[in-house]
Amino acid sequence: MEVFLDQFLNPAVLAKYAPLVLKGAGVTVVLSALIVLAGIVLGAGLACVRAYRIRALSFLIVIFADVLRALPPLVLILLVYFGLPNLGIVLSSFAVLFLVLTLVLAAFAEEIVWAGITATPKGQWEAARSTGLGFTQALVFVVLPQAVRMVIPPLTNRAIAITKMTALGMVIGVPDILGQATTAQSFSANATPLTLAALAYVAIFLPLVIASRWLEQRFAQKGH
Amino acid sequence: MITPRAVNNMPAQPSYGGPPSTATLSVRALFKSFGTTEVLKGIDLHVQRSEMVFVLGPSGSGKSTMLRCCNLLEEPDSGAILIEGDKLTGPGVNLNRMRQRVGMVFQSFNLYPHLTALGNVMLALRRVLKMPRAQAEAVAVAALDKVGLSNRAGHYPSQLSGGQQQRVAIARALALKPTVMLFDEPTSALDPELVGDVLDVMRDVKEQGMTMLVVSHEMKFARDAADRVVFMDGGVIVEQGPPEQIFTAPTQERTRTFLSRFHG
Repeated sequence: MEVFLDQFLNPAVLAKYAPLVLKGAGVTVVLSALIVLAGIVLGAGLACVRAYRIRALSFLIVIFADVLRALPPLVLILLVYFGLPNLGIVLSSFAVLFLVLTLVLAAFAEEIVWAGITATPKGQWEAARSTGLGFTQALVFVVLPQAVRMVIPPLTNRAIAITKMTALGMVIGVPDILGQATTAQSFSANATPLTLAALAYVAIFLPLVIASRWLEQRFAQKGH
Repeated sequence: MITPRAVNNMPAQPSYGGPPSTATLSVRALFKSFGTTEVLKGIDLHVQRSEMVFVLGPSGSGKSTMLRCCNLLEEPDSGAILIEGDKLTGPGVNLNRMRQRVGMVFQSFNLYPHLTALGNVMLALRRVLKMPRAQAEAVAVAALDKVGLSNRAGHYPSQLSGGQQQRVAIARALALKPTVMLFDEPTSALDPELVGDVLDVMRDVKEQGMTMLVVSHEMKFARDAADRVVFMDGGVIVEQGPPEQIFTAPTQERTRTFLSRFHG
């Protein structure tokens, strides 16, 4: 037991590295918020573009969504981080992680929102168009609000799953929670910083999981 | 914009309510196929101002398709739809602007579930007619009042009965002050006890002078309220005339067969 506590909850290590992990938590929160915002907006935007059923555009969107959903995000992160500099494009590790996870979330969000758009009854389009609304207006004011409500549960789940992947940033040296914790762990030769990291992740993501459950119930009750 | 209207020199034929050239809604030589199935085989129909025309016919007769062609929810293969002499299609025609002149009421109501009754009525007022919020709200409340539902303005469609939903849908169409209103089996999805309220509203709308083209199986209502009844079968108009004549003395065998199933 003593060995366990010494290894996983060492007070001295705790005191020394807590501020560092806390700093990492700030990076994780900011990064996650940016990814969720940009990923969902981009994904919903692509789903809207697809609604116009312009064949070439839809084809490109489907390719984008399928490839990004198929690839393990870690592969993409490494590919972009180590590949782009060879093309003369040097991005910070933070930017690479943001870019890759945003695109991955956008790919999933596009598919989810698109499913919502196609599940919206045809009569909604017809009612909107019959009152003189244009296609874009019908999409924005009538169909999209219903589609998004319909897909809030899978969308929040996916958003949480993707933002948790910010931990992958460790491999390219993003100073997020896990990045800071692994650094601290190697300096201190002690697992306590990793315990801290786990606690930090729970502190950040558990409220999100609970919030998503609440959202899910709320939209299920309304019956929209 | 007023376009010069062609002088119509059609040969004398039984025309109802007035000459085709002055019709509020004109359907001319309308053809429509779905795949290899020809659904409309040359429909000519002219609805005069303030006239209520009822379209009867067995399912598959093309009556709903004909109605849906009147605001281009279905695209005709050939033929023309004219609203007060203005073509619905063609170069330089703003379809969205034309559609404001043609109100539509659907069998399944098609209210927007994420908006209140008031929101449903206001949407096109705000986004199509570009009314300021206060004005749109006043117009929408007045429209809801006409269908007896201004006290339900804040309710969502899921909180309203089927009959109330359909009345909100009528208000939504009415608020845009259309030239003509199309009703596509407006009471077919309703429980029997809710039909009466919707028909009452339709009668009110007619009494206010609205031009109406109605596809429906409400025979009794057609007989009471319609100015003219059109019987369609197999993609053509088989016969038309005043309701009394169609219901009591149809000249065509197909009309008689169809009606006999309703008289029991």
